[in-house]
Amino acid sequence: MTTPLLEIENLHTYFYTDNGVARAVDGVSFSVGVGETVGVVGESGCGKSVTALSILRLVRPPGRIEPGSVMRFEGRDLLGLEEREMQHVRGNRIAMVFQEPMTALNPVFTVGDQIGEVARIHANASKREAWAKAIEMLKLVGIPAPEQRAGEYPHQLSGGMRQRVVIAMALVMNPALIIADEPTTALDVTIQAQILELLADLTRRLGTSVLLITHDLGVVAENCTRVIVMYAGEVVEEASTVDLFARAHHPYTEGLLGAMPRVGGEKDRLATIPGTVPAPTDWPKGCRFRDRCPYSWERCAAEHPPLYQIAGGHTSRCHLADEPERRQHPHPPLAAQRGASAA
Amino acid sequence: MTVPAHDATRPLLSVRDLTRHFPIKRGVFGRVTGQVRAVDGVSFDVAPGETLALVGESGCGKSTTGRAILRLIEPTSGAVTFDGIDVLSLDGAELRKLRRRMQIVFQDPFSSLNPRMSIGAIVREGLTIHRLAEGGAADARVRQLLEEVGLRPEYATRYPHEFSGGQRQRVGIARALSVEPSFIVCDEPVSALDVSVQAQVVNLLQDLQRDRGLAYLFIAHDLSIVEHIADRVAVMYLGHIVELAPVERLYREPVMPYTQALLSAVPAPEPGVKRERILLAGDVPSPANPPSGCVFHPRCQHPARDAACAKIVPPLEEKAPGHWAACIKQPPTSVSWEQQQAAGGTKPPEFFLPRAALHRSA
Amino acid sequence: MSAEVFAPAKHVRIGAHPALRALARDSRARIALVVLLLIALGAVLAPLIAPYGPEAQLDIARLHNQPPSPAHPFGTDKVSRDVLSRLIFGTRVSLAVGLGSAALAMSIGIAVGIVAGYLGGAVDAVLMRLVDAALSVPRLLVLLLVASLWDRVGIVPLTLLMAGTGWFTVSRLVRAETLALRDREFVLAARALGTPTLRLLVRHVLPNVLAPALVAAALGIANVILLEAALSYLGIGLEEPAASWGTIIQDGADSVTGHWWLTVFPGLAILVTVFACNALADALRDAFDPRQLPRGTTDALFASEA
Repeated sequence: MTTPLLEIENLHTYFYTDNGVARAVDGVSFSVGVGETVGVVGESGCGKSVTALSILRLVRPPGRIEPGSVMRFEGRDLLGLEEREMQHVRGNRIAMVFQEPMTALNPVFTVGDQIGEVARIHANASKREAWAKAIEMLKLVGIPAPEQRAGEYPHQLSGGMRQRVVIAMALVMNPALIIADEPTTALDVTIQAQILELLADLTRRLGTSVLLITHDLGVVAENCTRVIVMYAGEVVEEASTVDLFARAHHPYTEGLLGAMPRVGGEKDRLATIPGTVPAPTDWPKGCRFRDRCPYSWERCAAEHPPLYQIAGGHTSRCHLADEPERRQHPHPPLAAQRGASAA
Repeated sequence: MTVPAHDATRPLLSVRDLTRHFPIKRGVFGRVTGQVRAVDGVSFDVAPGETLALVGESGCGKSTTGRAILRLIEPTSGAVTFDGIDVLSLDGAELRKLRRRMQIVFQDPFSSLNPRMSIGAIVREGLTIHRLAEGGAADARVRQLLEEVGLRPEYATRYPHEFSGGQRQRVGIARALSVEPSFIVCDEPVSALDVSVQAQVVNLLQDLQRDRGLAYLFIAHDLSIVEHIADRVAVMYLGHIVELAPVERLYREPVMPYTQALLSAVPAPEPGVKRERILLAGDVPSPANPPSGCVFHPRCQHPARDAACAKIVPPLEEKAPGHWAACIKQPPTSVSWEQQQAAGGTKPPEFFLPRAALHRSA
Repeated sequence: MSAEVFAPAKHVRIGAHPALRALARDSRARIALVVLLLIALGAVLAPLIAPYGPEAQLDIARLHNQPPSPAHPFGTDKVSRDVLSRLIFGTRVSLAVGLGSAALAMSIGIAVGIVAGYLGGAVDAVLMRLVDAALSVPRLLVLLLVASLWDRVGIVPLTLLMAGTGWFTVSRLVRAETLALRDREFVLAARALGTPTLRLLVRHVLPNVLAPALVAAALGIANVILLEAALSYLGIGLEEPAASWGTIIQDGADSVTGHWWLTVFPGLAILVTVFACNALADALRDAFDPRQLPRGTTDALFASEA
């Protein structure tokens, strides 16, 4: 087995706030292989965005990556790097694509300048070389009339085009890894299709690995080979995409899949997950999902579940792995019961 | 002009040729140099108790349509009839009375509630303005409404920032319900929420519709949610309705090429099934400068697309019972082949339904 | 009846007005408020804490222009009035004029700003051109001009004058906020409910534009105190023998270095008050903005997660 490109072990990122310590990322481990596209799925508050920022060490006080966290990229320890060495990694070996293309681009510089900037910083390119590179990248990402477009400002481009520009910037130095944080959430669905297609095509051709962070299971299904599901700062399930959709184990994953309406699917009431995500300053003891889980029992409150091995390459943080017969006895989750009694 | 109506019963809401243009001003003196045709002649009916979905991508004019119906934006022209009343001709006091019956729920749970008012005060506002209840009776009503949308009544004294997005959205719904409307414009009510929270709010909207007999104009861009909640769907593009059909028909047999592309773009949670996609070329044109003839023709993938499409504005016509579409190349069409040829047409209409547009139905 | 019922997110503290709580946490604000409170207290309790009356001329022959001493910690002026007492009484004047004019200017400015911002069109154009014109004339000049028409000005006319020349900036700020608010969805929702315009302006627009107005007001108080001192120093301010910080300075104007206590102590009083007002204004600005992401709480995290 070849060495993974990115290895995250036991990552803890805590925010020290007036209201207490928010354990946004609380013991996350995973790896990304060369040429792989891995999806990270979760809803607001699960810690997926903070994980992405942590990898690039972009977390600022009052947040910090706790000691004991290990992040290895291309064999090097990311946490041991000096800031200057880290700057050499960002945009060069690991690039990030953010959600909002309008705020990711500087409004006072042309897109050509901004793409060229990456080359100037990392490859010491001259102005002319950088400009040429910018045009080449614009062509690569499928923007028509690239010579003309390079001279335009972000506000003159549509949302889809801007996101292409952001992707172009990410690819200039042919990085080994792209971290895409909800890259298409802000875009229309037809544009989303274009952008995802572009990303898949380019990364396939260039052999780039992608860490695709999203809340959309549909996007994951079509673009990722492996999926990591996050909840309350932890990884709760990891599997190949096929396995996750066919044989989801963790009740949260089941809930997510049930809550998704699908085109062409059945039309009854959508299954919901009652309750809300707990606060990161106050993760519950034991299993963090238990109040919203239809299968939980006493053990779940007492014992924080480890990541159980379900099958090859499929793990789940749920005691059901140890006592599968409990799945036969679902009950209304505690969150729903509590609510009903107060109504 | 024949217009897509629901059926023989009198519609609750009737919209005809609704138009809203925004003037583009240039220069020191603000000379009007053009118009942004945000909504360009939209017509549809909504029957009592039904959900008509209005879908489309950004810039298609669906939000503007919703707001224009309520006269939160004044339409440039057209007619809006609510329960027989001509909405556009009402003056201040009469409009205020009518407002009770037509309400709106907004997309952004963070900006749709006044941050300086407690949620109880927010929900109570409507009762006070229309003198529906006062004092203790009003308090009781507020508690009732909060419970109805799934919030604990004792939270009435708390402020919006203390709640999550989904909860705030519920407050917005409670506010709309407080004046007892029969029609609610839901302007992307779940787009800003997480998937599991979306499901909760959608279920709530459906329950309320069933319990109170509400009609919804459900504006959205998420086609999967729409399929779940709507009875009929209208697809908008660049200010026009390009297709309108009962929901099963639209998803099973989309006629308009734009709808086909839209449906094919929805990511399906079926790994391993690599669906072919209809990828539209380029971006949506600016509504300040829409293409001539059929507004979709520059990006259309219909095999019979030709010069006639750039000249003739396709009428919204009934292709099958209850199923309307604006395309001169999808038969049956009232625009005869001779007329098309006269406009430069070279390819006769033929029915086109790519597999890429279809999702496996249950 | 929906079966799902929820509690608000536990990590956000529940209760009173968000901005006030943020303010209470800010140490700058706390110090500034304490200082201002002490000053205000001094003003109110002046007759009780001042050793002498403000106009008591104690012994013209021997006690005039005395430097600070145990009997007169801040010295005496040229007609042997105790400076400390005059300073304490002077606080009343400065605060009265400061607060009075700030309150009045705020009211006018807010009203004009909201009307111009919400109604737009011709009303807005006319009002704002008026404000623009007024702002192009230096305030001190106007004050000098008007005040010099009379021999000396009383407290009430002075307050009115200050207010009349001080509402322009507030109105501009409020108008800008109103313009932004006009299209916010909760305002649209209020219109959709059928809220009459006046109620909408008072209940929905006003509370949300108060933020910049309050900040401007805090700064305005500081400004007015300075202006009043300046006017009195120039001899056009309050009438003799009124005690204000400005008139005390004016008394010592003929010998600034010689009778330094007549300039330094009122100067210090002005400095401290103005400083406290500015600090309060800064703290207010931070407390109000941004409000939806209370600083230092986990909400900021969640915003990036969305």
